[in-house]
Amino acid sequence: MLLGVGNIFQLRARSISLLFCLILTGFALVSLALTPSEAQQPIPSAVSPANASAISPQVPQGGAAGSAPSTFGAQTQQTGLNIVVLDPAHGGTDPGARGTGGIRESEIVLDFAIQVRHALEQEGFQVVQTRQGNEDPSFDDRSALANAQRGAVFVTLHISSTGLPGTARVFVNSDLPSAIGSNGLIPWDRAQAPFLGLSKKLGDLVQGLLAQRFKGSPDAVQTASVRQLRTTAAPAIAVEISSVTVNDRAELDRMAPGVADAIAHGIAAFKPSYVVPNTTGALR
Amino acid sequence: MTPRWRIWAIGGLIVAVVAAAIYFPILRRRVRRAARQQQQSEEQARRELTQPIVVNPGDPRVKTTLFWGSDTNDSTLVPVTVELPLSKDPVLRSKQVLNTLLAGPVDAELRTLPPDAVLLAFYLLPDGTAVADFSEALATSIPSGIASEQLAVNSIARTLEANVPQVQRLKILIHGQEMETLAGHLDLTEAFVVNTKLAQPPPSSAANAPATVPPALTAGHRPAN
Repeated sequence: MLLGVGNIFQLRARSISLLFCLILTGFALVSLALTPSEAQQPIPSAVSPANASAISPQVPQGGAAGSAPSTFGAQTQQTGLNIVVLDPAHGGTDPGARGTGGIRESEIVLDFAIQVRHALEQEGFQVVQTRQGNEDPSFDDRSALANAQRGAVFVTLHISSTGLPGTARVFVNSDLPSAIGSNGLIPWDRAQAPFLGLSKKLGDLVQGLLAQRFKGSPDAVQTASVRQLRTTAAPAIAVEISSVTVNDRAELDRMAPGVADAIAHGIAAFKPSYVVPNTTGALR
Repeated sequence: MTPRWRIWAIGGLIVAVVAAAIYFPILRRRVRRAARQQQQSEEQARRELTQPIVVNPGDPRVKTTLFWGSDTNDSTLVPVTVELPLSKDPVLRSKQVLNTLLAGPVDAELRTLPPDAVLLAFYLLPDGTAVADFSEALATSIPSGIASEQLAVNSIARTLEANVPQVQRLKILIHGQEMETLAGHLDLTEAFVVNTKLAQPPPSSAANAPATVPPALTAGHRPAN
């Protein structure tokens, strides 16, 4: 059977239109598939070490330990400090330090967090808490919550079982090797490295204010290998209050307003120093 | 039940009671003996673990610096010099100084490590990394807190630094296991720098390290890599 020229053109036109329809359908499917994942990215819970062994967070310009900012020099855009991630340590089956009088660190820090949160909100900060009740998120889950924020600092609250009762210490993480690769990503396990300079600055400010309020507290921030701070990609400090060994819990409760005030004012004083380049924030 | 069967049943029960009466004291004696033996073996195991390292009489007595807590400031360490017969072998020497550190100072208030903690094993790798395996008591009996946990690790690291120059880094295990933290705060996932002068960086730079490799953490000063 012979086909006429008209029939050939008709067939070709049908093939082209069919191909065009297929391409359009493909584009539609791809865009539908991409949309939900992009929408999920800003949600903190989407950021976990399981799917993000390396991160590209805001890398500070200032700070002695920030040796990598040049990597992001071209992308510099100032971002203000608006959010404080507040971490009442321990919780759940982990009570933390325990005093002979039945005082549990996990309970006290939760009460402290309420007052610190109130003081921070009065200073105009948005506060995100890693736990609201008696849960025990993992170290990485707590860090993931902080690492998902833009323009944030991280404060973890602790009560010690040693030290002069009625004093408070601020810790920043010990020096970590800067490990930003040529691809600009920071390993999750060294997320704190580029922020150590800013963390120290924040820690000194808060420690200074605590020393004014609580006699016997050190004047300067101290360093320690704090697990919680290491994976946090933001200026991060640990505040440790002494101690669960007090006979009466009221002694610790009386410290809460002073601690809250010192943290809130310290972060407010730190705010002008908080200048970080605004990077893509992509996680992998 | 017929009278005949009733007699058989009663007879059987009497036999069982008599047999139990004879066997019960024997069983009781066996249980006591087994408990005594178990207690003895536990004591023996504990003695073996806590037994001080055999000191070779030929070892010279040398000035040994140990780091215990300060009586004026509970967050700092103070060097205390004592004379001990120390082996020249770095592993034996490390065990000797760490066991002395664990034994604690005369003033118990200045202890940095729990009195029931025991050094189970100590290894020294060719690259200068020491692996110290402590009993669970190090983690469970230490006062929980950032300051107290850091002080404990610093006292171990600084004592090794002062007395065993071959040790450059220290990895702490608890009962043979790698722990995430010592007692909820201090990071134990990587090695602590012991000898800040000799510790060499790893062959590959940190930037090229795999993303999943945890960072080296320090005893409050410098990372191991």
